[in-house]
Amino acid sequence: MKRFLYELTESWKIAAAQMAANKTRSMLTALGVIIGIVAVTLMGTAINGISTGFDKSMAVIGDDVLYVSQRPWTRMNDWWNYRDRKKIRTEYAEKISHAIAATPNSNLMIAVPTMSLLRSVKAGDNSVENVFILGTTTDYTLISTLDCSEGRFFNDLESRGGAEVCVVGYDVADALFASRSALDKKVLINGHAFKVIGTLTRQGTFLGLFSLDSIVVIPLPAFKKYFSAKSEADVRVKVRDKTHMADARDELTGIIRRLRSLPPEKRDDFNINEQQAFKSTLDGVKATIAIAGLFITGLSLFVGAIGIMNITFVSVKERTKEIGTRKALGARRRTILLQFLIESTALCLVGGLIGLIFAYLMCFGMAAAFPSFPIRFSFGLVVASMVVSVLTGLVSGIAPAWSASRLDPVTALRYE
Amino acid sequence: MNPPATRSPGPLVIDIEDITKEYVMGEEIIHALRGVTLQIRRNEYLAIMGPSGSGKSTLMNMLGCLDTPSSGRYEFNGKNVSEMDGDELAAIRNREIGFVFQTFNLLPRSTSLRNVELPLIYAGIDPEEREERATQALVDVGLGDRLTHRPNELSGGQRQRVAIARALVNNPSIVLADEPTGNLDSKTGEEIMTLFESLYQQGNTVILVTHEADVARHARRSVHLRDGVVESDELATAPPSPAPLAVALDSLGKS
Repeated sequence: MKRFLYELTESWKIAAAQMAANKTRSMLTALGVIIGIVAVTLMGTAINGISTGFDKSMAVIGDDVLYVSQRPWTRMNDWWNYRDRKKIRTEYAEKISHAIAATPNSNLMIAVPTMSLLRSVKAGDNSVENVFILGTTTDYTLISTLDCSEGRFFNDLESRGGAEVCVVGYDVADALFASRSALDKKVLINGHAFKVIGTLTRQGTFLGLFSLDSIVVIPLPAFKKYFSAKSEADVRVKVRDKTHMADARDELTGIIRRLRSLPPEKRDDFNINEQQAFKSTLDGVKATIAIAGLFITGLSLFVGAIGIMNITFVSVKERTKEIGTRKALGARRRTILLQFLIESTALCLVGGLIGLIFAYLMCFGMAAAFPSFPIRFSFGLVVASMVVSVLTGLVSGIAPAWSASRLDPVTALRYE
Repeated sequence: MNPPATRSPGPLVIDIEDITKEYVMGEEIIHALRGVTLQIRRNEYLAIMGPSGSGKSTLMNMLGCLDTPSSGRYEFNGKNVSEMDGDELAAIRNREIGFVFQTFNLLPRSTSLRNVELPLIYAGIDPEEREERATQALVDVGLGDRLTHRPNELSGGQRQRVAIARALVNNPSIVLADEPTGNLDSKTGEEIMTLFESLYQQGNTVILVTHEADVARHARRSVHLRDGVVESDELATAPPSPAPLAVALDSLGKS
């Protein structure tokens, strides 16, 4: 045991000396592993970042809300099947809320109608395109995490009366009024004037892709009056406990079927969507990134491993006489095997460490360039890439190390 | 200076009986040894001689446990070597045999001390004891002031001294030297031979493998091989005189 330990220490020393003696060669050989480790780390960082960002955005949008819609959010390749369905009416919301109130121990809390469009918003010379115009009732505050940083949300009276008031998102307020307060200013939505009574707290972006702050919320009757009364409506229903999502769905389905007087033999002519549905789409994206990343990583590590195997073979050849001498002095097969395995592993470890440093710097740079994209450089990734490096080293070293350990001492000593 | 004495040999170390060795080279079978019988006792000073192709190197590989015979019996300190596997042979080489090579075979990037420590690492000796014993071995061969030098910072003679220190550091039963002066000038060669003489006088068993009569002359017994068999095995008639060395030094001084 003690001898094994001494041989191990000796092997690491030899490996370090070998690398020091052949710096250029070692560096070039480690390049494959460096690239592999950079790939593995960046891929992991990307997947981590997407997950974190998604969860954060989900919390903002509300992952405990069911959306009653005419169409499903996913699988829209057969949209014609949904086009002629009976529309979802904003009046459903009140009826659903009544039904919820009448049900003891309901899994649902409250239903709120919403209608939405993309329109431009102007104030004076400034304008913002493609703003998400959301028409809803004052109850909307009960189902979302929206919060006013200044002013207030519209009240029940304004909501029912269809007052020409609005609450603007951070991006809209910033674009139209810059540093000045937006409160009590007039904005033109598609040419119709609304008074700003509140600005919303900044929500950030969804995965850094689009802003959640490019929004204007107005009372539903005003939306119907000035924009399309015919545009599709959704009813958003807040769930009491998001761990019982399935029960909540069943209950809501029942309520809507009754509302629409659907006979039992007919299938649902509406869809209940939830943000969680995005999750499965996202999982698909993550899996694609993972597979592509794994392929690239695997390929570069494979190339790196071949390079290291090659250089270890060269090293064995160059030092055949040294191997003979060591054997003459009492080195056993295992000793020689260990020595060359450790040499290839040390090379991979150094490559892995350099790769990690590069990956870290690249993440750092990316974070600086795209501050909104969530980037996570985790300790788990560091451990994972070290493990991958060591495995690469062992795999690529085993063949040359084996051949070195099998060398006949007489032949090895005579080798010039 | 008194002529060096011949010491009386001790118990049997090497007992070889009728060993043969065949190699297959291409389609030809080479009979390197055709039945060699040889006994070597502790504290003998023996030279194995013969022209190239005589089987001298093959016999040396056998004696050094680097190779096993095709047939015949080889006992080393009473242990049957002929049937040992690679790792058992490695253990014998590590503990019982000190090798000195013609080309020194030092690790080029390691200091003298680390070179001499190497057999002790394979023997599983503690680092402290390793350093102590390696230092002592280097002091014994007169290199106490060259511990941290690398081979390329040493002269040929000094390199061979490091190799001898390495051969002796694990207190082997035999020192096996293969043409130890082959890569040295004659003056340095004589110095190395003087060192072997003193090793012998200290009680070591020394086996020289050489084709030079001048080198073999230092030994007390010489075994001549020819065509894979022992042609002659004789004790030196008179102990070698130090005269040739003195004459050589003298002539150097005059010129």
